[in-house]
Amino acid sequence: MNRKFYSNLIFDLSRKGRKGYRLPDTGCGASLEGIPANLLRESAPELPEVDEPSVVRHFTNLSTNNFGVDTGFYPLGSCTMKYNPKINEEMAALPNMSALHPLTPAAAAQGALEAYFTLQELLCEIGGMSEFTLNPFAGAHGELTGLMVIRAYHRSRGDMKRDTVIVPDSAHGTNPASAAVAGLKVVEVKSLPDGTVDVEALKPLLNDRVAAMMMTNPNTLGIFETRIPEIAAMVHEAGGLMYYDGANINPLVGVTRPGDMGFDVMHINLHKTFSTPHGGGGPGSGPVGVRKGLEQFLPSPRVVKLDDGTFALDSPETSLGQVSNLLGNFAVELRALAYILSLGKEGLREVGPMATLAANYIKESLRDLYRLPVDRVCKHEFVFDGLADKSTGVTTLNVAKRLLDFGFHAPTIYFPLLFHESLMIEPTETENLDTLNDFIKVMRQIADEAANNPDLVKNAPHDTPVRHPDDTAAALTPRVTVADLKSNDL
Amino acid sequence: MKTLYSPTHEYVKVDGNIAYIGISDYAQHALGNIVYVDMPEQGDDLTAGEEFGAVESVKAASDLYSPVSGAVIESNEQLIDNPGLINKDAENTWIIKVELTDPSELDKLMDEEAYRKHCEAEAAH
Repeated sequence: MNRKFYSNLIFDLSRKGRKGYRLPDTGCGASLEGIPANLLRESAPELPEVDEPSVVRHFTNLSTNNFGVDTGFYPLGSCTMKYNPKINEEMAALPNMSALHPLTPAAAAQGALEAYFTLQELLCEIGGMSEFTLNPFAGAHGELTGLMVIRAYHRSRGDMKRDTVIVPDSAHGTNPASAAVAGLKVVEVKSLPDGTVDVEALKPLLNDRVAAMMMTNPNTLGIFETRIPEIAAMVHEAGGLMYYDGANINPLVGVTRPGDMGFDVMHINLHKTFSTPHGGGGPGSGPVGVRKGLEQFLPSPRVVKLDDGTFALDSPETSLGQVSNLLGNFAVELRALAYILSLGKEGLREVGPMATLAANYIKESLRDLYRLPVDRVCKHEFVFDGLADKSTGVTTLNVAKRLLDFGFHAPTIYFPLLFHESLMIEPTETENLDTLNDFIKVMRQIADEAANNPDLVKNAPHDTPVRHPDDTAAALTPRVTVADLKSNDL
Repeated sequence: MKTLYSPTHEYVKVDGNIAYIGISDYAQHALGNIVYVDMPEQGDDLTAGEEFGAVESVKAASDLYSPVSGAVIESNEQLIDNPGLINKDAENTWIIKVELTDPSELDKLMDEEAYRKHCEAEAAH
């Protein structure tokens, strides 16, 4: 068996009667008597029958096929795949936190509530907000929660007709999706050629139907939106609120605050900016912050500090209700708290400038070979529009796949949609100069290969467990269960 | 049948008062393999310039904008099971068939030559 390209399913290892456990005889026997017939299975569940060493080897082998920030550089744009310090894991694994039952009464869970409250206060300081809820499970969930807060605010004033959200054309796809799920209509505002919001195009969109404008700053091109105060004044004048998508807040932490720019509601992705593991679908955490005057609409329960210094759960009637069971992904919150406290104020202030320096260093080192559509100092990330030389037929997809052969994760590709061949690179502040130089060297080599041996790039990757998945078939006829595999010959 | 194009890459083939609407070959090429087409219902009213559906490819999901106003007579049901037909022959695979309410809107659309220039300008952008 080739361990490097291990591809067995656990079901392939199954042999009838094989097992990895031995249960003691209870002396009670086993009987189905008394169980209603309609609740009895007709056939045994299809479970793999395997011994313990096979299970351990199976999953250990699979895990070596995985790529993570612990195995290599992961410049996936807009995802902030920074290294996750192991101290965070140790703190989240402390038994007095990890073994705490979620329904433990507040009086017996004071430490956990204090951790929640402390993180909430730290995020308020970082975001320039009045109160944060940590309950939403991820960024998009935070957006939905934030928009629900905004809707509750308008309704509380008896303003029932505001049903529109303005979203820039460079926005993360979650923005219009969250607005739609919140029951609001989406109106798109165009970007200028430099990727920033076209303020002139915004003016005619503002009216008494606008509930909010959602913005990401720096935007998805990594460009800092300098006209936010002006935009905020216009939106506020029209009676709408400003929503800050915190997906890109990494370069701003400790430097400037959304609250000071005029944003009313925001979310932060703890799993991006505050260094908790993500990728592969979670778990995430998307705390939502609000400015003064909006706290009463936040989801229940809220963690409050009482006059005697103890902590309690509060669910006021003005709250929009629960958006998650209990207090969100608590272990993720603990990791973020450990990250913030271990860096401290001074350490946090170095995050943004170093992330910005790393992104600009890569951008300037590659701009002769890759097309740079927006030529400005970027923040934490930037976008190339594919290779500069388009005559070879080598696409952004090919470049991304070729990077895998060199042990780098691919950047984000074909997003944002403003360009045809978007290649979005975010190195984060946690990579040393040697890693950045290695990446630059490989990107230059790929450009050279594209010019001199394009088929080498077009047929990449050559050295990965899976080479060319059929994206179309995967989307049209996904095979996600063992039953699917049996009904379709591979 | 005369073929006209919108700046958002939909085409209209006009047969009397009936318009067949789909996406251009340039658009299918830019999108890549199409895996899903979201189409309106028969009888839905369309307004020129407004969204009437979406195409989803392995790369991106894109809204479809109606180049004309009118009522949907038929959606191309073949695309439900076989959206890849658009990649095979975009400009002979219509997505919706529409009865025009304002044929004068056609005057605002581009002919083949103007559309070719529009695509060249966009590719150079």
